[in-house]
Amino acid sequence: MLEPITHPAGRSLLFGRLTLDSLPFLKPDLEGHIVLATLVGVLLGGLAILGIVTKKRLWGYLWNEWFTSVDHKKLGIMYMILGTVMLLRGFADAVMMRAQQAVAFGPNMGYLPPEHYDQIFTAHGSIMIFFVAMAYIVGLINYVMPLQIGSRDVAFPFLNNLSFWFTFWGAITFMVSLFVGDFSTAGWLGYPPVSELQQGPGVDYYIWGLQLSGVGTLLSGVNFVVTIIKMRAPGMTMMKMPVFTWTSLCTSGLIIATFPVLTATLLLLSLDRYVGTHFFTSDFGGNVMMYINLIWVWGHPEVYILILPIFGIYSEIVPTFSGKPLFGYSSMVYATCAIMILSYLVWLHHFFTMGSGADVNSFFALTTMIISIPTGVKIFNWLFTMYRGRVHFTVPMLWTMGFLFTFTIGGMTGVMLSVAPADFLLHNSLFLIAHFHNVIIGGVVFGVFAGVNYWFPKAFGFKLDEFWGKASFWFWQIGFWLAFGPLYIMGFMGVTRRLSHFDNPALQPYFIVAGIGAALIALGIGSFVLQIAISILRRKQYAVGGDPWNGRTLEWATSSPPPGYNFAFTPNVHQRDAWMDMKKHGYQRPLEGFNDIHMPSNTAAGVVIGVLSFACCFALVWYIWWLAAASFVGVIVASIVHTFNYHRDYYIPKDEVRTFEHSGNWQPESQGANA
Amino acid sequence: MTVKRLRGLLLLPLVLLSGCHLALLDPSGDIARQQSDIMLVTTGITLLIVVPVLVAIGVIAWRYRASNKQAHYDAHWDHSPSLELLVWAAPLLIIIAVGAITWIGTHQVDPYRPLSRVAPGKPVAADVKPLEVDVVSLRWKWLFFYPQYGIATVNQLAAPVDRPIQFKLTSDEMMDAFSIPELAGMIYTMPGMQTMLHAVINKPGQYQGFSANYSGEGFTDMRFTFDGMSQQDFDSWIAKARASGGTLDLQAYEQLRQPERDVPARAFGSFEPDLFTRILERCIDASQTCMSQTMSGDAMQDMHNDNAAPTDAAKPDGMQAMAKSQAALFVAHGQPADPRASAKH
Amino acid sequence: MSTTAVDSAGIARSPFLCHEEPHAHNGTLLGFWIYLMSDCFIFASLFACYAVLGTSTAGGPTAAEVLDLHGLAVNTALLLVSSVTFGFAMLEMARRKKGAVLLWLAVSGLLAAGFVTLELREFASMIADGAGPGRSAFLSSFFTLVGTHGLHVSVGILWLIVLMVQLGKFGFNEANIRRMQCLSMFWHFLDLVWVGVFSFVYLAGVLR
Repeated sequence: MLEPITHPAGRSLLFGRLTLDSLPFLKPDLEGHIVLATLVGVLLGGLAILGIVTKKRLWGYLWNEWFTSVDHKKLGIMYMILGTVMLLRGFADAVMMRAQQAVAFGPNMGYLPPEHYDQIFTAHGSIMIFFVAMAYIVGLINYVMPLQIGSRDVAFPFLNNLSFWFTFWGAITFMVSLFVGDFSTAGWLGYPPVSELQQGPGVDYYIWGLQLSGVGTLLSGVNFVVTIIKMRAPGMTMMKMPVFTWTSLCTSGLIIATFPVLTATLLLLSLDRYVGTHFFTSDFGGNVMMYINLIWVWGHPEVYILILPIFGIYSEIVPTFSGKPLFGYSSMVYATCAIMILSYLVWLHHFFTMGSGADVNSFFALTTMIISIPTGVKIFNWLFTMYRGRVHFTVPMLWTMGFLFTFTIGGMTGVMLSVAPADFLLHNSLFLIAHFHNVIIGGVVFGVFAGVNYWFPKAFGFKLDEFWGKASFWFWQIGFWLAFGPLYIMGFMGVTRRLSHFDNPALQPYFIVAGIGAALIALGIGSFVLQIAISILRRKQYAVGGDPWNGRTLEWATSSPPPGYNFAFTPNVHQRDAWMDMKKHGYQRPLEGFNDIHMPSNTAAGVVIGVLSFACCFALVWYIWWLAAASFVGVIVASIVHTFNYHRDYYIPKDEVRTFEHSGNWQPESQGANA
Repeated sequence: MTVKRLRGLLLLPLVLLSGCHLALLDPSGDIARQQSDIMLVTTGITLLIVVPVLVAIGVIAWRYRASNKQAHYDAHWDHSPSLELLVWAAPLLIIIAVGAITWIGTHQVDPYRPLSRVAPGKPVAADVKPLEVDVVSLRWKWLFFYPQYGIATVNQLAAPVDRPIQFKLTSDEMMDAFSIPELAGMIYTMPGMQTMLHAVINKPGQYQGFSANYSGEGFTDMRFTFDGMSQQDFDSWIAKARASGGTLDLQAYEQLRQPERDVPARAFGSFEPDLFTRILERCIDASQTCMSQTMSGDAMQDMHNDNAAPTDAAKPDGMQAMAKSQAALFVAHGQPADPRASAKH
Repeated sequence: MSTTAVDSAGIARSPFLCHEEPHAHNGTLLGFWIYLMSDCFIFASLFACYAVLGTSTAGGPTAAEVLDLHGLAVNTALLLVSSVTFGFAMLEMARRKKGAVLLWLAVSGLLAAGFVTLELREFASMIADGAGPGRSAFLSSFFTLVGTHGLHVSVGILWLIVLMVQLGKFGFNEANIRRMQCLSMFWHFLDLVWVGVFSFVYLAGVLR
């Protein structure tokens, strides 16, 4: 499998290197059967969904109201759905890995040969980061941030739609690799020489899937920054912005400054693979270490891209459920900015053991430790927000409490790893695996669930079921520690990562416990899905008004769900926690005197460009040059055609606004609970 | 002393929980032990702040629960300059302490630094020459040269206790990490580049070694044994290896470098003297020019234009991790491993 | 107590609401500027690669041997002058003179096309001499850095043509004026990057 790439002749002109042998589900071995069963399941499920959509005549609705929509709220919801579907895929990979490691001891080789196991951990890592965590983050920012700043939409609504479709088709590129060809075995960051030497389409799927979604993410970042800078409601100065908006701004800044590096790095890798250049080869002057430096110049800030908006979510939830303003708002903002800047200066701590020398290692160890200071400040600020408060332990607050405990410990193990001499022992061990799952599950995933439980009533007009919400939380919390506690301990034994088979039978009990932990997390995910399903069934019973939590920021000032135009009148902001300020001063919603509202129109251009880009990437993966060229030209032509459309907006007549303002879902649920 | 107590404190619950030997917390080599000590001390300092925070999370959440109407409620209390100073200062102080230890420790146990002691209070005697081992990671096995003894081994490594060892490491094709947790922290091996590791083993016994950096489908089986022995046992081990015969020449190496998995240990009684250098300089094939030769042209040119270039022009920075190792190899040249010229053109 | 009331004119009044829609800021120029900054990071990565690999010639030709400063002078002049002529187009746009704008745009486009043509000829002759991108890491990073810049210029030319058609057809409407401003930024940005390529790759390479 790992042989230098050659370019054998005799490929078909029509299908490139795609042949019947490339279809793993046609192979008569165990993996073949697993893939076949999955494929049949996906096809049946897909057909069932298509059937229902067709039968209920929903195609028009989906197309007009969702696929071509430029409404930031609908795009946000689509991102969240994409993230959840990909979470299931990524978690299925995790379960397979846990199952393999729990049985593959001594003579038992497990059920996955290394080349499959390697694909699975690669897919797990890259999917979880790029298509679960990133999709969730971009989805939440998309939904909440424009509402929080009192805007009608983002600055570039069409671009927002296009970003979504790029991300979506990037995810599809990854998914297709399951059934057509294979996937990269080079780990989630695609380190050479493995990614240089692996033949077949695997690494190319990885490259092009990430390029697509990377462009989408970059465009989202630009969009968010301009939205926050240019479209805040009058009176909302920077230091009056909600903290979630602040963290969105910093995250978007990081996206703008780092995703181009990822794009460039993957471009160089693809040039090595396609054109025979020598950037990261072992010979002809190439330099492997350059890839590793470049990818982490993107990769470390990426971690903060994920966690910063999550910090913002907690900073919204803790004050709301403590009935108090956030403690130390300015500290929080400065800490966020400090983290943003410092996150550029730490990348080398991912490879202290490469032999850079003591001075370099010390420098990067110190910068890494310094980052923990603003992070620690945040934890204290949340604590002092609860201090002298009235803390209501709703489901979002429960996730936040779980986060505070889990993330603090994850932060500590992070400081342990940042101590360069200790990292020489701990690097690449299961301790490292436990650490980053500790901060990503305990930080990002818990935060996403907190945010979903918090803002779901805003998006749909009814709360999520409490019981199943709490069940999900406890399954996740306990499952997490069972799954990763043993990994911490095995890390101290010096067990390294990415092994598909073990000799030492003494390790097996730990892996079995870890497997049980994964099973509990599966129950947690199941509870979450059930929570949503049950809540939908009981949506009448759980219905709430515009402000179910006695919220503080502007998103609670409008109805649940909000109208397409968000606010009939743009709010005028006087203080932080603008909505709390309005409530305190006895604000009453106007019911007359509306104006026409100027809004962007839907467009199909994003869908078309997205599909063509996917066709281009798929063709590049399989060396189907005619299709690659045709679809590339298609992308350019479609973009140009789109620029000839000068009518991209319309007015919502005031009568329509008035109708909604009289029928929407408004009344605050928890009137005066704490205020 | 404190480290010892700390170790005891930390070890106790973990050992009870695991019932297994936690190599990283109680290793058998002095370098690993120093690294482990640094880890424990810094962890102890971090716990000074982490434990109170964890307790405070629980206490504050419980005390200010909504149903506790006795607790003081202040809906407007959202800042306090002195507290904010405290929340910035407390982690800062902790980080200053941890950072200082890290800075010193990083230099102390720098893998490039020759050992000054073999154990606490036991400096290296002036007449002791370190045991030299040249390491090559292959797909997917380990090759060890003993230039002082003229033998080479595959997947088995041995060293006398309390004698400093100097590893020079490179890789044939993939990127691996040479790791013996009981001996010392790991170090990467990379094709065309040389890294270094100094270490010593203090207790006799058999230890696990492996690659700690994923390198493809045979990576799982890329293990070897490392034996710490008395000088006597080591001598007879060398003698046995010598007696096993076989010469690792270019042809034998060509065969050895073919990818294979789960390779049993073996020994070569002798090897071609410049083999390690040729692997490092990527000129195993007679048709390939060694890197130092293709490079000399560049190097000369560089010196011509940059007279100030010191021998150690290779400033180690993020992009040039190998600089240090290269400085020895390619004098007056701070470039990354320069490539071989292939006969292909 | 209510702070919201409807006045006699039937307009809602509240200190918390804007009675008139606040003037929508157009963020396109800011957004495009931010995009250019992100593009800077792509070039920064490629420059970094060139900095690391620029002397990794693998026994092949060095920068001094393959780079031709004479062709470069013409090339650079073409691109810099096209920036000036684009500036003239912007000035004419301020005076709303469509014909003059189109003329200056055409001149800028032709100059840039000349630049791309010369660059492609340089590439072709290097490849013919056996100094293609696959020869060494130095040449890989050279072709990628310079080629990426050339690709940007080509995209700029395509954009320029499309915009000329749109200006000709729809005149100076708000969208077209905005697009001209964006393209102008793009054009000058590519000039700046070229100055970097010129000094860092060509001059430094030949002087080395």
